[in-house]
Amino acid sequence: MSAPTVPNLLRDHLADLAQNDSRLDGREQFGARELKLETGILPRAEGSARVTMGNTIVLAGVKFQLMTPYPDRPNQGGLMCSCEVRPIAGRHWEAGPPSPEAIELGRVVDRGIRESGCIDVDDLCIIPGEKAWQVILDLHAISDDGNLFDAFALAGIAALRSATVPAERFEVGQDSPLKVSKKPIMCSYHKVGGRFVYDASYKEELGGDERIHITLGDDDHVHSLQKGLKGIFTAEEFEEIMEHAKTRCAELRKIVD
Amino acid sequence: MGGYGDVQMIDENGLRMDGRKPGDLRPISIETGVIPVADGSCRMVWGTNEAIVAVYGPMEAHPRKIQRQDRAVIDVAYNMAPFSTTDRIRPGFNRRSREISKVTKDALESVVLLELYPRSKIRVSIEIVSAEAGTRCVGLTAASVALADAGIPMTDMVISVASGKVNDVVVCDLNKEEDNYGEADLPMGILPNTGELVFLQMDGDLSPDEFKQAWDYNVDAAMEVHKLMIDALKGGDN
Repeated sequence: MSAPTVPNLLRDHLADLAQNDSRLDGREQFGARELKLETGILPRAEGSARVTMGNTIVLAGVKFQLMTPYPDRPNQGGLMCSCEVRPIAGRHWEAGPPSPEAIELGRVVDRGIRESGCIDVDDLCIIPGEKAWQVILDLHAISDDGNLFDAFALAGIAALRSATVPAERFEVGQDSPLKVSKKPIMCSYHKVGGRFVYDASYKEELGGDERIHITLGDDDHVHSLQKGLKGIFTAEEFEEIMEHAKTRCAELRKIVD
Repeated sequence: MGGYGDVQMIDENGLRMDGRKPGDLRPISIETGVIPVADGSCRMVWGTNEAIVAVYGPMEAHPRKIQRQDRAVIDVAYNMAPFSTTDRIRPGFNRRSREISKVTKDALESVVLLELYPRSKIRVSIEIVSAEAGTRCVGLTAASVALADAGIPMTDMVISVASGKVNDVVVCDLNKEEDNYGEADLPMGILPNTGELVFLQMDGDLSPDEFKQAWDYNVDAAMEVHKLMIDALKGGDN
């Protein structure tokens, strides 16, 4: 991504809006855009999901490969999460090797899913020391109007939960649904006009400062945190968004079901 | 072309494995305005192929070395998503997508009125999210719909279709098995208003008569697809 020119006018405007407890599209501080989750939409993937949040659209696809377990973990398969933001997603995304932003996106989503333990890697073992499943979750942005993090995380967990292990195609048994025991959900907050808002649009990201990503599992257990971009925040601010994240994650968890 | 002649792909009634007659296309649906942040976009589902295309621009061309003083350039990026095929594709550079990007660019630059936008760039991003066979054709056709959706002036749209040969029978619009085990593949990019061509590739083995038949199938199919493109562009709600 080339460094965007941030008009001071936009920053001033966002600050004015924040003063009046408003946002560019009239949302409340913690208001979300309209959200749509569809699963089973990609015929070649073993599991898939499309998430639409306002004008942000992402796809997630799950593929399986056979792997040899690592020598120090002969009874485990693997989970890999990879993220691509290609030029289709917006004029500010450019072709070429993954940008640091895209790598951060993929890694933060990966940590949330991995650390929640929703996929039991022992369960992915077929023959100890010889054969195991590698589950690959590919996240693909189609339209970036901000908050790709939450869109990817939601599409990711939904795609995994809809996935079928293609054992028959690999001649290692019967097809079965992939076991995904938990529902880790990410909520992201951007500092815009001096305060944290939920589900920022691209313009809010452009004219905003730091961001914080929180992934909560079932029972509000914290599974991953990430602070990104330049900025300073207080413990009180964090407490406030954490409280909101608990409520919002519970709502989103119902949608994933 | 695999050329495995022992795979039976035409039944005793002359029908193909998916029930089509030799000259039939797969089912096609076209939607425009599917990417809200793009200047023009198109989703084209063709059989179980699905291409999503975004057009951005005309915009400043950079790096400056790609600028042309007398016309715009088109930057085409064709890519297959990792989950678009049975076996996952590793993301990153690959020679096949580079070549397809190039021939798609060459086709599109032949119809867009580039001289209207000197020193600028028009970006065309083609993402194949589900692949069956003929993704380059779907990508090119969808790209021309997305350019029209973006309001970019063109002399004509491009429709790309591939015909080929299986079990010594010439068939239109090859599906996956026909592409894998067939004996020839002839993709063409056709301008529906003049019948001219801007894209042509071929591999395999065709006699002069078979070649003529495959060519005619492609031209007829292009006219059929053109109607669907017009409908999609007129019916679009953006």
